[in-house]
Amino acid sequence: MLRLVAVVLALAAAGCGGSQSESNAPPPPTTNPVDPATAGTIAGRVTFEGTAPPGQPIRMDSDPNCARQSSGATEQQVMVGANGALQNVFVYVKDGLGTLRFPVPTVAAVLDQKGCVYTPRVLGVQVGQAMEIVNSDPTLHNVHAVPVSNREFNMGYPIQGMKHTHTFSTREVMVPFKCDVHGWMRAWVGVLDHPYYGVTAADGGFTFEGLPPGTYTVEAWHESLGTQSQTVTIGASETKGDVAFVFTAT
Amino acid sequence: MLLHAFAVLVAISTAILIFAGGMVTSTGSGLSVPDWPNTYGWFMFTFPVEKWVGGIFYEHSHRLIASTVGFLIVVLAAWLWRVEPRAWVRRLGYIALAAVITQGILGGITVLFFLPDPISIAHAGLAQLVFCLTVTIALVTSPGWKRSAQRADDRVLRSLGVATTAIVYAQILVGATMRHTDAGLAIPDFPLVFGGLAPPVWNAQIAVHYAHRVGALVVSAAALALIGHVLYHHGRHARLRNPALLLLLLLVTQITLGALTILSGKHYIINSLHVVCGAMVLGTSLVLTLRAWRPRFAGSDPIYGSTQGVESSRIWGLTPGVRS
Repeated sequence: MLRLVAVVLALAAAGCGGSQSESNAPPPPTTNPVDPATAGTIAGRVTFEGTAPPGQPIRMDSDPNCARQSSGATEQQVMVGANGALQNVFVYVKDGLGTLRFPVPTVAAVLDQKGCVYTPRVLGVQVGQAMEIVNSDPTLHNVHAVPVSNREFNMGYPIQGMKHTHTFSTREVMVPFKCDVHGWMRAWVGVLDHPYYGVTAADGGFTFEGLPPGTYTVEAWHESLGTQSQTVTIGASETKGDVAFVFTAT
Repeated sequence: MLLHAFAVLVAISTAILIFAGGMVTSTGSGLSVPDWPNTYGWFMFTFPVEKWVGGIFYEHSHRLIASTVGFLIVVLAAWLWRVEPRAWVRRLGYIALAAVITQGILGGITVLFFLPDPISIAHAGLAQLVFCLTVTIALVTSPGWKRSAQRADDRVLRSLGVATTAIVYAQILVGATMRHTDAGLAIPDFPLVFGGLAPPVWNAQIAVHYAHRVGALVVSAAALALIGHVLYHHGRHARLRNPALLLLLLLVTQITLGALTILSGKHYIINSLHVVCGAMVLGTSLVLTLRAWRPRFAGSDPIYGSTQGVESSRIWGLTPGVRS
């Protein structure tokens, strides 16, 4: 019962303030702990070998607003560009940073609901960083995050242009997002406690700049192809630009 | 007679509500309206119709139908309180009212807490009890119930009826557990189980799914025993024969719907029909059971005559006598 009251109060607070925060951690540092004189870079590319499964048409007729906006939309889980470049792969430093703590970006990450799909489909944020969730559609959405380590939430976005800000309290790769109104809407958010992550674009590339010398586990996550990881070592001021992840059809 | 007709309407409305609830789960729309009791901040009854899109259509419809059924049960309970001379029937009205209020609160809690399995399963299980209560009220307010007090008492029939009804309800709870733990396709083939008779591997989802299939066999055996007993010993009594034949028809339909649910990959309409047909099986078994017990109710029906009242009332924990 107490939990129910707490939930009601939390929802009321969210409704009044337009934002949700769940961070109870001590404040992060304001300066970067990495010595720029010795910092190195890890870069690489993610590719796909084989024939990518064709996109599946999305039936949006349960909501005329969506059907009007996105007629003929398809869901393309495996997006392959030129030379096999694989898009929407979340690549990040999984291990090797020890106890280093990093400043939280002051710029909010944005997750939009546009054309009745989440944009972007894959996103990375830091623990404590504001994530602005926007509804750009002329219809209702609910944003339902289903994390394991962080707190689950489900917020309504009944009005076009509505925004909420959310922050995650714990590192978690990945947090699935869905919309229960429109069952086809899916997004994944990687939550990390450092800035060394990225989502591959059409060229499949990724770059982590400003890493201290050391040995790291770098992992690449894809929503349907799974994960791959490899160990990468960089020395002082070294750039290792040939890290390659190759996914194949499952 | 008017009260009976209204009670029948309430029972039918409750069955429709169960179907609507089944549609919510079958379409995965349970959290498409994130707030409760409001709907996206609107007062539930003023939520604009043009916004009933996607999963909201199922969830919001379910809430409105539930509100309607709740209102109907309030009226039913008040009506019974005003005109019903049998105290135990009036109590059924109060219990139904308490149950439907609890059901509404469970529905709200399950939304606010993101559909926790135990709450969702309890919500599904209590829905069937509310349906049973409305069916019971409809039955015991019927003219046929009042006329049939002197039928011969059959202990075997009574026992078979109680056992079958209890087994059907247990099977419904297993089914609800299967639905709410997303185990409906944990065993993807039918009638075989991964090509055999038993799963080659086990996990919680496979176990609950397999239990539901085994449960279907147990329900079938119990129901067929009950039906066979009625047709053999009471075949000339329409008030027992008819529900027995209906039970047979519903049983066949229910097993067919269960098979089609799997073979269609859980098509949401088939799946929801399976849920409401389960309620119909339960309700029919209950009607048959109550009619089997009818002679034992005679004493608690003071206005219809009493021959065995005191004993039967003790059995049921009921107080014979006129309304105080």
